[in-house]
Amino acid sequence: MSAAAAVLILGVLGIVLALVFFLVATILELRKIVAGLDEVIVHVGGIVEKSAPVNDVVTTINEQLDAGVAALEGLLVKKAGLSDAVGLVEGMYPGAAAAGLRDFPESTAIDPPRIGEVYTKGTLTLARLGREAPIAAASPGAGVLRNVEGGSWAARALYPSLRHESPGTLPRSPVIGADSPVQYEPHEDVPKRRKRFQSKHS
Amino acid sequence: MTLFWIGNAVLLLVVLPLVVHLLNGVLRAARSIVPTVEGIAATAAAGSKDLDAVPLLLTTQEQVTQTVAGIAGYGGSLDVILDDAGPA
Repeated sequence: MSAAAAVLILGVLGIVLALVFFLVATILELRKIVAGLDEVIVHVGGIVEKSAPVNDVVTTINEQLDAGVAALEGLLVKKAGLSDAVGLVEGMYPGAAAAGLRDFPESTAIDPPRIGEVYTKGTLTLARLGREAPIAAASPGAGVLRNVEGGSWAARALYPSLRHESPGTLPRSPVIGADSPVQYEPHEDVPKRRKRFQSKHS
Repeated sequence: MTLFWIGNAVLLLVVLPLVVHLLNGVLRAARSIVPTVEGIAATAAAGSKDLDAVPLLLTTQEQVTQTVAGIAGYGGSLDVILDDAGPA
């Protein structure tokens, strides 16, 4: 065998060895990839299986909550009238009248009356039930719905502000008497002391 | 004979390094995929675990049904108790 033939054989042998080494290493890595993808498929299958009923369940929940809200709004409008109903909502949640009632689009055009001066606290509490439904979270304009931090304040703000809300300096009781700083002259309408007639003593 | 040596030189100096270089590139690419696939698997496992509470939606649905039914009864009672609003 000549030297050139031996070098050729060595060169071909080196190429074959390189092919074997790198191809085997690549095959091992591809097997790892296949194993990882099998695991991914299992978990993705679990996700698909678990999330399959979500759409129907959530749709049913939303439909039921919509029905509840519609019933409460309808009852409120039926009992209080549309104008006062809007006023009730506005009284509980200032600014909510702009959003109006869901099933009464014409309610957005109503100038809400100041219901807090007319209705009792119990009536306003009933009115709150419909606006605090969880379905309200998905409604647009969430700012006009339940305000957890300001809910109590909104309820208290419905009533005349005396000492129970932001107590300030109320006017003091007037000082009366001869030494009072303000002296009031007798009014003309005040009847004068009647004359006493002499009693007849026999 | 001279051409034979030239062919040997080309084989050892050009072909063999080129084959090694190309195969090494394939191997590095395959190795770079493995961590990505492992990350995807971990994410999918976490996502699947997050959905373990989904069956509780059935309980939520039942509770909502009962709540709406209670509200309906409550509203029905109020409808009887309270007078309707007068004509506007």
